[in-house]
Amino acid sequence: MASVPTFQILPVSTILRARLLPYPGRVLAQVGQKVSPSDVVADTSLSRKHILIDLAEKLQQPSQKVDAFVRVKRGQQVAKGDLLAESEGIFGREVLSPTAGRVAALGGGKLVLETGRATLEIRAGLAGVVSEVIEDRGVLIRASGAVVQGVWGNGKLDAGVLLSLIDQPEDILEASRLDVSLRGSVILAGHVADPAVLKNAAELPVRGLVLSSLSPALVTAARQAPYPILLLEGFGRRPMNGMAFKLLSTNLRRDVALNAESVDRKKGLIPELFVPLPFNQEPPPSPIFDKFAAGQTVRVISMIYPGKIGTLTRIPDDLAILPSGVRAKAAQVRLESGDEILVPLSNLEVLG
Amino acid sequence: MPVSLVEGNSLLAIDIGSVTTRAAYFDVVEGQYRFIGMGSSPTTLAAPDSNVAVGMQAAIESLQFMIDKPLLDENGHLAIPSQPDGIGVDSLCATISAGEALKAVLIGLLPDVSLKSIEKIAQGAGIQIVESFNTNDSRNINEQLDAIFKSSPDLVLIAGGTDGGATYSIQKFLELVGLASYLLPESRRPALLFAGNKDLKKQVIASMKNLASGVAIAPNVRPVADVEDLAPAQRQLASLIVSLRQREMPELADLSALCGSPVLPVAYNQGRMIRFLSSYFDTGRGVLSVNLGAASLSFGMAFGDDLHLNVFNQYGLGTPLARLLAHTTLEDLARWFPLDLPPETLRDYIYQKSLYPAFIPSTPEELAIEQTLVRHLLQLAARDSVARLPAQYRSRTGLLPAMQPILASGAALTEAATLGQKLLMLLDGLQPAGITTLAMDQNNLLGMLGAIAEQNSLLPVQVINSGALAYLATVIAPVVNNVNYGTPIVRAKLIRNDGSESETEVKMGALQILQLESGQTARLQLRPLLRADVGLGPGKAGEIDVIGSSLGIVIDARGRPIRLPAEPERRRQLLSLWQNRMGG
Repeated sequence: MASVPTFQILPVSTILRARLLPYPGRVLAQVGQKVSPSDVVADTSLSRKHILIDLAEKLQQPSQKVDAFVRVKRGQQVAKGDLLAESEGIFGREVLSPTAGRVAALGGGKLVLETGRATLEIRAGLAGVVSEVIEDRGVLIRASGAVVQGVWGNGKLDAGVLLSLIDQPEDILEASRLDVSLRGSVILAGHVADPAVLKNAAELPVRGLVLSSLSPALVTAARQAPYPILLLEGFGRRPMNGMAFKLLSTNLRRDVALNAESVDRKKGLIPELFVPLPFNQEPPPSPIFDKFAAGQTVRVISMIYPGKIGTLTRIPDDLAILPSGVRAKAAQVRLESGDEILVPLSNLEVLG
Repeated sequence: MPVSLVEGNSLLAIDIGSVTTRAAYFDVVEGQYRFIGMGSSPTTLAAPDSNVAVGMQAAIESLQFMIDKPLLDENGHLAIPSQPDGIGVDSLCATISAGEALKAVLIGLLPDVSLKSIEKIAQGAGIQIVESFNTNDSRNINEQLDAIFKSSPDLVLIAGGTDGGATYSIQKFLELVGLASYLLPESRRPALLFAGNKDLKKQVIASMKNLASGVAIAPNVRPVADVEDLAPAQRQLASLIVSLRQREMPELADLSALCGSPVLPVAYNQGRMIRFLSSYFDTGRGVLSVNLGAASLSFGMAFGDDLHLNVFNQYGLGTPLARLLAHTTLEDLARWFPLDLPPETLRDYIYQKSLYPAFIPSTPEELAIEQTLVRHLLQLAARDSVARLPAQYRSRTGLLPAMQPILASGAALTEAATLGQKLLMLLDGLQPAGITTLAMDQNNLLGMLGAIAEQNSLLPVQVINSGALAYLATVIAPVVNNVNYGTPIVRAKLIRNDGSESETEVKMGALQILQLESGQTARLQLRPLLRADVGLGPGKAGEIDVIGSSLGIVIDARGRPIRLPAEPERRRQLLSLWQNRMGG
């Protein structure tokens, strides 16, 4: 049975998160190891600049004879001016390395030098314990605490103390409210429409922003921000849902891990805020639902109205005719206000 | 009775879409193949399932319920062939469009010849072109190497050289690709399709088999300079795409093993079906099929065997919306929005919808925005597709060439609230000119039928004949230049088979309906005024047979292209008026 879409706003849960390299590298953590959000658990490096050197041409030798003249091995680091190859004899020639780098390939009378190799580090992103090592790729980290998932992240992660600049779920964050007392913290706030907010936050700097929503005009700036930005509701002016607002408001001044990775449904990557909490006994992990059912707490997704939380009360057998006139398989949902509405199943997420 | 009817009666077709997986059942009824029913379930490529077989199983279970026939055995396995007790199905085929767009580097010798040919193949397969090289490339070898490295392609498509012609330049490019592959981590090495000078085939295999993640060789797309032969390479690419998909969806191997024909991408199968229908309908005009999905919009035009298929990943109605404003402006989009809401509402919607590709418009406002988007995406795809057509099919006006019929699919179109909404979205989006018939591929069958055609050529014909496509209406869209709104441009007389007649004078700017009940046939006499072209040539009168629908016969005299008033309130009134004219 296919699972249904879920979202997590959980005051207590045990979560398992994969922290993996996009391509093979070194895993630096071990099973059972305690990690903090900033710990590097895996790294790798990849060069994006290459220099092809035609040794045969420079030595003026047939390519099949060049191997005998090569003075470096594949994988070897070389400095600028190091000897790469030399031919013998009275008219012998030398080929020197034009720059520092690593010999990436050799053969056919040619040599490829890699330069500017960049290291990619994968950080733990949250405080927990390594429960599994995936060879050459990374680790699975197990942690217990409160989780609030969002709908969009700018691809960055960090950790800090959670402070609030939101009094009501529908608040708008003004740039003037960002002062020096917030430096180094993760800030919980409402809607942001002013680019000065993102700029001021970078200048402080903050460790992250957890927002209800963002103006689409600021998406590019948000992606370029040096700190993580997590949107709980999405784009356009959208108030924070009551559950997230309450849960986060009760966890202020705690250390939190903000993982604003980009959503990747294939890999199950959802941006989230995690609040590690001490437990004598590990709380159970959140369940996976294989179908919609009465009694489930659901989020009603809307494009132009605020998202709502409610309880699924009934799924009629027949297709429903929605207020738009479209026919769809739908569910009856009782909202927190007590109102009952009909919602297409496609527009529901179950609280996991 | 044809052999295929004796040997395998029932057939199950699976379509693994980016959002929805569909399972369709076909069987023989009274000696003819019929579409019996459809089941669907969300595609389960994403976590936590991360296995498309889960969604397939759910779609088949839903289908069993719909057709009241067990297809799965007591262990939950698909019973194939069907068992004596009636459980199961005789044969299976599948098609797929789920998965991220694959990235490709294209290599050709001349930019307007082999590179152009390989580009058409990539565009028809929904591949994202991340880099291209030709002999005019001014970058040095190191820059070219870094460009391939940086783009990290899934595929490299190479064409170039006529058969028996020069090989040196292509060999240099092969060396470049081989070197780049060698330097990439093994898990990220691209697959390679070579469709160039046939003299190089052995060398390509020998040099690339250990460096590429897969090597496919196709006949030369340009065997001689002035001949283009894309079909064999398109087929090879389709197979290669599925073998790449199999890396992220290993469960496709089990599906392939059960299928009576290879699992191929839905775009390829749809293209095959459009080409077939163009020959089958033989109207002397092209056949257009447009499929607007969450991940992409495919736009295929076939003129006999000549297929021009484009898959636009940037015009999907789901996740790609986040980047839509890189391809158009909010002002252009908002021009088609009938509600008096700020344009920012549209902007917020498209970004939010990109987060929820499966979202169904629930309120009238959401529906109005969604349908505005549909119109504009169709306009963009039509514009780009027409621009890519060879000169022989393009008109000076840039309008869509004459198409008969136009087939549309995709949930936003097929599941619109009313027939009038469906028709008007297509008319506003595609703006066909002349005489055409529009129909809905209500169950997204075309791709499946294209897949079935590989193992059973009879079934698609009989299913199409049995009315699997839902007829919307016949539309006459006159084209006339420099005529003021309100000026009469066509006189139309409808002579029904029951002898009744109605006559009307159509004015420029009008959207007029001639009542003709569903299924009723009639003769329609068209007499253009002021050299208007009703599809018979400028100023030419004529008579055509028409079939009625619940929308009647539509004369769309709004002009081509449709010019909307600049004043917002007037524009909104007009958009609402047109929708009301179509029954809301």
